[in-house]
Amino acid sequence: MLLKVAIKPTYIIERFDSCGIYLVGDILRLISMSNSIIRVENLVKKFNSFEAVSDVSFEVFEGETFGFLGPNGAGKTTTINALVTIAKPTSGKAYLNGFNVVENPGDVRRSIGIVFQDPSLDERLTAIDNLQFHGIIYNIDKQTRNKNIATMLDMMKLTERQNDLVRTFSGGMKRRLEIARGLIHEPKVLFLDEPTIGLDPQTRNYIWTYIDRLKERTGLTIFLTTHYMDEAENCDRIAIIDEGKIIALDTPENLKKMVGENIITLKTEDNDKAKKEIQDKFGISLKQRADAIRLEVSDGEKFVPKLIKETTVNIDYISLWKPTLDDVFLKLTGRAIREEKADASEQMRQRSRMWIKRR
Amino acid sequence: MNINHNAKGAYVIWLRELKRYWVDKPRIISSLAQPLLFLFILGTGLSRIGSSKLGIEFIFPGIIGMTLLFTSIFSAVSIVWDREFGFLKEVLVAPVSRTAVAIGKALGGASVAMIQGTLILLLAPFIGVVLNPIILIKLWSFMFLIAFSINSLGLIVAVRMKTMEGFQMVMNFFLFPMFLLSGALFPITSLPGWLSYLVRANPLTYGVDLLRQTLLGPHVAVFSPYFDLGFLICFAIIAISVAVIMFRTTE
Ligand SMILES: Nc1ncnc2c1ncn2[C@@H]1O[C@H](COP(=O)(O)OP(=O)(O)OP(=O)(O)O)[C@@H](O)[C@H]1O
Ligand SMILES: [Mg+2]
Repeated sequence: MLLKVAIKPTYIIERFDSCGIYLVGDILRLISMSNSIIRVENLVKKFNSFEAVSDVSFEVFEGETFGFLGPNGAGKTTTINALVTIAKPTSGKAYLNGFNVVENPGDVRRSIGIVFQDPSLDERLTAIDNLQFHGIIYNIDKQTRNKNIATMLDMMKLTERQNDLVRTFSGGMKRRLEIARGLIHEPKVLFLDEPTIGLDPQTRNYIWTYIDRLKERTGLTIFLTTHYMDEAENCDRIAIIDEGKIIALDTPENLKKMVGENIITLKTEDNDKAKKEIQDKFGISLKQRADAIRLEVSDGEKFVPKLIKETTVNIDYISLWKPTLDDVFLKLTGRAIREEKADASEQMRQRSRMWIKRR
Repeated sequence: MNINHNAKGAYVIWLRELKRYWVDKPRIISSLAQPLLFLFILGTGLSRIGSSKLGIEFIFPGIIGMTLLFTSIFSAVSIVWDREFGFLKEVLVAPVSRTAVAIGKALGGASVAMIQGTLILLLAPFIGVVLNPIILIKLWSFMFLIAFSINSLGLIVAVRMKTMEGFQMVMNFFLFPMFLLSGALFPITSLPGWLSYLVRANPLTYGVDLLRQTLLGPHVAVFSPYFDLGFLICFAIIAISVAVIMFRTTE
């Protein structure tokens, strides 16, 4: 009963009057936390009879970094296209910065910036012409425009190539130019659709450092889709999307808690026998995936030596890792987000591996 | 301020058309080759048939019209390339009105067409057509009106086109009939009924008539110059308005 009363706005104002200055901070926090900059209600997008986005609802709060995680074809880009006014929703509503994306597309466009997943540069123009075009069409005054363009070219290491036609650029250079373009104006919401795909780790690092600084300075909201787990982990909240539906939405920490602490995967000479043994001795439920056994335990480092001691079947390999968001997805859907894994260095960073061979 | 922003948006879209034109020098050369071939081969051939009216002089204004038509349609259809190469998305999410986008695009295409048309016009002295500043200013105004109309028409056709396959269709059912039924190559006064309706619905007919009587004198006129101008202005306004509406609702 009391709780119900507490969330009424009038009540807050009454409290504000009676308690004066002490409540200001609390109220501000309350207001800023509940200030949603994107609100999506029952969004559906069909292509003919195929439903790419089915009945999706969520909210993104001002100033947060919101991530969309899901396999290819999940409907991430389609949802973004609806939010940035280039695809008309089949049904449902979406608001951005308080504006309806269908009824007030102009106001929505004035609030956003986007780095598209697919190429969107004019390859017959030079790099600098592409950036100037963007700066002018986004109505940035000349001085700021030239300053921002110089900063971005420098950060992306493209200053020397600025007068070359974009079609003479390498894939990574085009990508860098595309991100540079997305960052020369300062929107309220920045959409990044797999922005750093195909970029080297150093460049990715520069970009994220820059975006973090921009966020601090302008209170920008970021809507990100990515397949890089480290980028996803840096989000404030993540929506996991599969086949056009959001199947989980929470902070990365909370999502990972759903999986359990650690995951052990092992391959043995006789998986069926090993499975039975482990079940009997440790009383843990197992899953068999392809030709490997997976088990979830709370303290992997201690469990692995015990496991090796207790099993009589020869173990070909055994690996241990802390859960990632990939595993969360696997847990939720029974499928991996993508079968092939990212480059080796990334794997090293994310997993502590343990390879044991016994003959 | 808003108007200023939209004007800048239209300006930068116009500028992009000119820059793309300038960068692609092979296209400038090759797109001049076709009208020149028509002019000299067809012009010479027709004059041998014997009719005094049909000659290089007669088709010269028609060839300028043809240059304007082809360049304009190519410029307008480049929007399909923009869609395919993704650049259109950059324009469609930008905070500039779609009206500005459509007008900037039509003006850009018209400017490129006028440059091409002017390059052909430079041949006038060799063909025995006399130019003076007043005629030149008239010609440029008419060329602009023609190019702008056809660009707007091209945008209407191209803005909803999702792939380049549609382009072939445009060529066959749109571009060549418009060219052939404009009086560019032969007189249209003696055509049978159903064809003459198509001729009269074709904006290029009035454009070519206007260019021809400005270059060669009133004796070659089919319609009054005021009627030609009136038709073209109405056509331009209607076409650009429809193009704007199409842009507003495109995905
Ligand atoms: N223009 C279109 N016409 C028809 N189907 C489409 C179109 N665009 C997307 N789709 C379909 O909608 C589904 C969702 O596509 P979407 O691009 O949103 O996926 P995504 O989550 O962004 O995937 P990825 O990780 O590969 O970028 C896919 O099955 C795709 O084939
Ligand atoms: Mg996508």
